[in-house]
Amino acid sequence: MVTDRSPALDRVFHALAHPARRAILRQLTNSERNLSELSAPLRMSFPAASKHVRVLERARLVRRRIVGRSHLCRIEGEPLADASKWLEGYREVWERSYAALDELLEEMKVKERRKRGNDPS
Amino acid sequence: MKNKLTIAARGDREIVMTRDFDAPRPLVWDAHTKPELVKRWLLGPAGWTMPVCEIDLRIGGKYRYVWKKSSDGHEMGMGGVFREVSAPTRLVATERFDDAWYPGEAIDTTELAERSGKTSLTLTVEYESREARDGVLAGPMSSGMEAGYDRLEELLFSLKGTKR
Repeated sequence: MVTDRSPALDRVFHALAHPARRAILRQLTNSERNLSELSAPLRMSFPAASKHVRVLERARLVRRRIVGRSHLCRIEGEPLADASKWLEGYREVWERSYAALDELLEEMKVKERRKRGNDPS
Repeated sequence: MKNKLTIAARGDREIVMTRDFDAPRPLVWDAHTKPELVKRWLLGPAGWTMPVCEIDLRIGGKYRYVWKKSSDGHEMGMGGVFREVSAPTRLVATERFDDAWYPGEAIDTTELAERSGKTSLTLTVEYESREARDGVLAGPMSSGMEAGYDRLEELLFSLKGTKR
């Protein structure tokens, strides 16, 4: 099995899979917001928003601090950066292979043209 | 046609890659099915060669690939069985790595479509479970660790001393 399979990163992808949670993250991109502020634009009940924030917290994408009765949420960027780095690496491996395939196909096309050129029929 | 690689998750268990090529379909098919051609491009990261590339292209036939890292000789093998061979349109085969980096077996479906002498390739890899698929996409990284390209190279092609 994979040596350090990461349940942490599984949680990130699960968290990102829901559009409401992505919307919450977008709202938090530049500022801290409390739960009421997060639930209003999504027309979501407070408990529903809280549930989504809990999923985001478990994925360590969002951190919550409680000030009086306010639950202030802010985005934590690092897990997202890690996830996208992996995917970029996976992509780079495949892009390298397909770039080599592009070159091979050019070679094959030249050979085909030469073959057809030599064939009088 | 733009020749940009797209990678996306689809449904519960699939990863779908698409890529266009400036070549007619029979050439792209040959490049995917003739061992002397496959080893020219299916390379993996920089610094790896492909010393083994065997393809028995028929339903029930087997294929086997082994890559070797030049710097330390480390090898990574994979292989499978063909389930469908419909030249030059569709190729379906199972896939399993010697040192498994995802659980179970995957099914690779390669589909080629041609238009005006250019070929669109769609490669669908179907994993046994959503967890397996998500693990491939998410990668074997611990939260908080930097994962550079070198590390990907290590993990993707040379899983040694794996522990779970």
